Amino acid sequence: MPNMALNKVKMPEQEPDIRNKNFKEVTLGYEDAMAIEEAQRCLNCKTKPCIAGCPVNVKIPEFIQLVADGKFEEAYYKIKETNSLPAVCGRVCPQETQCEQLCVRGKKGEPVAIGRLERFVADWYMKNGKNTETKPKSNGIKVAVVGSGPSGLTCAGDLAKLGYEVTLFEAFHVPGGVLMYGIPEFRLPKALVQKEIQTVKALGVDIQTNMVIGKVLTIEDLKNEGYKAVFIGSGAGLPSFMSIPGENLNGVYSANEFLTRINLMSAYKFPDTDTPVFVGKSVAVVGGGNVAMDAARSAKRLGAENVYIIYRRSETELPARIEEVHHAKEEGIILKLLTNPKQILGTEAGWVKGIECVSMELGEPDKSGRRRPVEKKGSEHIIDIETVIMSIGQSPNPLIAATTPGLDVQSWGGIIVEEETGATSKSGVYAGGDAVTGAATVILAMGAGKKAAEAIDKLLS
Amino acid sequence: MFKIVKKEVLNPTVVLMDIEAPHIARKAEPGQFIILRISETGERIPLTVADYDRDKGTVTIIYQLVGKTTNALAEMNEGDYLLDFVGPLGTASHLEGYKKVAVIGGGLGTAIAYPQAKKLHALGAEVHVINGFRNKDLIILEKEMEKASDKLIVATDDGSNGNKGFVTNVLKQLIDEGNKYDLVIAIGPLVMMRAVSNLTKEYGIKTLVSMNPVMIDGTGMCGGCRLTVGGKTKFACVDGPDFDAHEVDFDEAMRRQGMYKKQEKESVDIHVCKLGGVTNA
Repeated sequence: MPNMALNKVKMPEQEPDIRNKNFKEVTLGYEDAMAIEEAQRCLNCKTKPCIAGCPVNVKIPEFIQLVADGKFEEAYYKIKETNSLPAVCGRVCPQETQCEQLCVRGKKGEPVAIGRLERFVADWYMKNGKNTETKPKSNGIKVAVVGSGPSGLTCAGDLAKLGYEVTLFEAFHVPGGVLMYGIPEFRLPKALVQKEIQTVKALGVDIQTNMVIGKVLTIEDLKNEGYKAVFIGSGAGLPSFMSIPGENLNGVYSANEFLTRINLMSAYKFPDTDTPVFVGKSVAVVGGGNVAMDAARSAKRLGAENVYIIYRRSETELPARIEEVHHAKEEGIILKLLTNPKQILGTEAGWVKGIECVSMELGEPDKSGRRRPVEKKGSEHIIDIETVIMSIGQSPNPLIAATTPGLDVQSWGGIIVEEETGATSKSGVYAGGDAVTGAATVILAMGAGKKAAEAIDKLLS
Repeated sequence: MFKIVKKEVLNPTVVLMDIEAPHIARKAEPGQFIILRISETGERIPLTVADYDRDKGTVTIIYQLVGKTTNALAEMNEGDYLLDFVGPLGTASHLEGYKKVAVIGGGLGTAIAYPQAKKLHALGAEVHVINGFRNKDLIILEKEMEKASDKLIVATDDGSNGNKGFVTNVLKQLIDEGNKYDLVIAIGPLVMMRAVSNLTKEYGIKTLVSMNPVMIDGTGMCGGCRLTVGGKTKFACVDGPDFDAHEVDFDEAMRRQGMYKKQEKESVDIHVCKLGGVTNA
């Protein structure tokens, strides 16, 4: 008999008032018994709608059944058949709009906690499993993957499993891309990301850090060096600013810079580490996505007393995951909704001292279907702050496109690909992830890496 | 890991190192830079490529001991390895098509101006180099610059090398003597570059400066290195580091350079303490 409880088994987490002062992981994961209890909520229904909701098609009911039976190791192998980064996905995937949204149990009560179970299995294996990944027999064909974020790691891992000699090029000094520089430690511990990357390395993938493709080697150079195909997964690394007065004052960061300092360079440990970050008593984060939540919660942890999220629409339109908004509010982040910055005010010495905003109201729906925010006349007001974090989006980094003749890109920088294969306008060159779509999710990038790996295999075999 | 194959102390606060980095040596051009890191807890610092040897596969960096990382780097020796060394970053200088160029280096800026002078000279331009230092003990690359130029004038603030003056005075004199430059390149402290820029603006001579702001990735990702150039925001790491001097907002650049002064001092103080320094004595 399945467990017919309407709600998910709760996952333990750090208390808000404690966790908003440290960088340790917020959620603590299931114990064995909790996982089994939750797994028993799966009806193992015939239609299995959840699988179609997963961009990498994890065999969800099968792995959950194995968890219910206490076969955690087997459950891990089942997930790994299609997903090379389960510990990551179990934490940062928006399950509520993917697998869990389609779960039959969600029609009455909460869906099965697929994400929490995936995380449990991955964590259990990291603690108790034996690393059994070995390098498959080589087919001698060289493939280059550019960028070691979610799409690159997935593409590299999948190709390595098929016997390709894969070299993965990373511009930073550690692999992981946005998993390392973007998503904070308290949502995705970095040691865990590196462990997950170890399993990709164990498949024989050669990871070369400090290699800025487009500069030190071009895509053409890679082809000349004998790589038969190239996958570009270089991410969305170009931060957007609002072009309002005061954006170059001291104390204004792009979310990319703020988070990179904290996550990749461990600025939260300064002066034990050498990279500093400046957080004032009051901080304004402009934008309403997951990145904005990450930046706001990081600022709080670095000691800011008041952290404001400034967003021009209402709470319903916030693009961030509901769970992230909920966590942020619990931690004391103040949402300033229907508010839009007009200019950043500075001291004579050039430091931020305030942000002038205007209140908004929602008008008619726009192209995206969301109600367009319009300014309320005469509602200008100033919020006193010392730090501003611009978190209004990132677009694809132009370095590779600029040095690759024949590679077609959109006007906003996204690499143009054939949707089903990831093939670009240049023969033998594939692309996926944020470099194609603009900033999106980890799992969509992984799905794109997977498709491209299949297409590359088809091309070369 | 990147091996230090040569170390040379150029003056008490300036050190030259050749680093084994064949991939970068193959591609580097004057005007470009590298980013290095020396320890797991270290920061990423940008340094301009001072020279490169494509055959030997080495890249030369010249740096001044200003912060924790440069001080720690200066304690390393030939045979030691840098943890990370990435490049070549930034856009190479466009040096083709000039007939007569004044290349100005102030202090450490001389090291950055050197590859530019060398390349211009090789391209057949008449190159006048003006180098300024605080005093004669700080003079670097005099021989190298002599080889890379048709005329070399070294001035010191205190006159200790027998030629007292600022680079701006020297440049003004050369222009007034009738030298018709179609380009001036000025590399050094922001105040010096601003002073040169103000001067050449009066004379209407095109001027390039090399900007070296705070940055992390060097690939356009963080935006920490942004500057206002011609009223628009530019990223020094990808749009530069060379910019039209007459368009650069130097005052803003100076303010932004001071962003982490307090933290930088804290970092250096701790480093000195660990070395048994006397800061708290």
